[in-house]
Amino acid sequence: MTKRIGVAALAVAALALGVIGLSARADEFTKADLERWEKEYMTVVQKGRELWVSADLGTNGVACAQCHPNGANTHPETYPKFQQQLGRVVALREMINWCLQNPLEGEPLPLDDPRMVAMESYLAWERRGVEMAPGKH
Amino acid sequence: MSTSNPTRRDFLKATGAVAIASTLPVNLVELAFADSRKNFTFAYISDAHIQEIRDGKFVRNWDRGLIRAVAETNLLDPKPDFVVFGGDLAQLGKKSELDHGAEMLAKLGYKTYCVMGEHDYYLDLGEYWSKLYGDHYYSWDHKGVHFVVLNSVLTYDEWTFNRWPTAEQRMLEMAGLDNPNGSPFMVGQKQIDWLRQDLAKVKPDTPVVVFSHSPIQKIYKGWNFWTEDAEDVQALLKPFRDATVIYGHVHQIQYNQIDNITFHAVMATAWPWPYPSTYAQAESKLPKLTVPMNRADPFFERDATGWQFIDVYSGRVAMHYNLYNNKSRTVAFNPKTGQPEDSVYQSPDGRIDPQVHY
Repeated sequence: MTKRIGVAALAVAALALGVIGLSARADEFTKADLERWEKEYMTVVQKGRELWVSADLGTNGVACAQCHPNGANTHPETYPKFQQQLGRVVALREMINWCLQNPLEGEPLPLDDPRMVAMESYLAWERRGVEMAPGKH
Repeated sequence: MSTSNPTRRDFLKATGAVAIASTLPVNLVELAFADSRKNFTFAYISDAHIQEIRDGKFVRNWDRGLIRAVAETNLLDPKPDFVVFGGDLAQLGKKSELDHGAEMLAKLGYKTYCVMGEHDYYLDLGEYWSKLYGDHYYSWDHKGVHFVVLNSVLTYDEWTFNRWPTAEQRMLEMAGLDNPNGSPFMVGQKQIDWLRQDLAKVKPDTPVVVFSHSPIQKIYKGWNFWTEDAEDVQALLKPFRDATVIYGHVHQIQYNQIDNITFHAVMATAWPWPYPSTYAQAESKLPKLTVPMNRADPFFERDATGWQFIDVYSGRVAMHYNLYNNKSRTVAFNPKTGQPEDSVYQSPDGRIDPQVHY
């Protein structure tokens, strides 16, 4: 008896899931959605660019772009990788923090800080089209 | 120790000087002649970018680069005939920055010639720089070589005089290397007319060496590794048997040969720049001849910065790059091939992994 109820409950649950799935249409989106998502991303890329040339991230007026024009020589396609100077595998944002602390003489950002995400977004955008090369030195 | 180059070893033969020089990031230039008694050397320091944080406090890193280059240049033995400072003494053209940089440069124990950089120019259009260093363009003769300094960082009048509400903003817009609001560098008609007259009195077999801040050739416009009227200046150098252009601005080793004209870039004392070929969204024309310097390691603060000494022989230039954290390099004119070549790395087989930039 208990078993039969269990089966019935499962069947109801499965039906409910199916209905929800149909109404949510998780795999359907429109051109307008795509445009909005692209715009959301590019807004963050633009924020990243503003931070990249900003003297406000550090304490000495130095900006990231002074050494890395257009984000060059940051190699986002190679991260995470073994950063030989640190002796461990790191994410790109850890290297961004290293630069904030050393050439910019500032404080590191929390790794999930929206400014950090913005700078990573900017670097990835400047590097678009380049093949992934994880681990490459 | 990297003293494999005989010329350099001879040059630095004085006791202790070799050990010191192997860690020196100076650009030392030797001009050598068929009659070796005519050979001489000069040193080249460039792109110090002295940057004021506020209230007379300056960025330590850039200060250290210039202080070290000046100190090491003073240790050269035998002594260079003179020193050239290749421009961008200041970061934002401020009087405080130029004064602080000039104070450091004044410790050089040699006659020093200065070149205008865009970071020195676009705040007050070179007015304060002129009080320190005089004319923006000029020439002189030394031991049979005609030397010319050009101000190659001018641009369109509309951009300079009409575009920006304040001088400070104009300076900031030009200071950002990758700023799309910048404007291409140029020498301009007035200076080209002056150069034509200046060179008219020079015999075609006299070696001519031109110092400019920007390359008098076109490599990558987006970062102003570029001079808009480069061809007009090159045309004036065409009649000469030996012509050399030495430029700063690019913060990296570059060299090239266009017809009779040899080009060499010098390193910065402040920080290195990526080769423009590493910017994935643009095409650059780095001269094929150039064997790049090693990729910079940011954990070594002075890596890929430096200075150089230059030998002048037969009116041709041998550039000795003193690299702080890498083996030193020599790029010298090879009369057999008619182009400048690295003494170690020129052959494709001779290159090393750190020279691969991506």
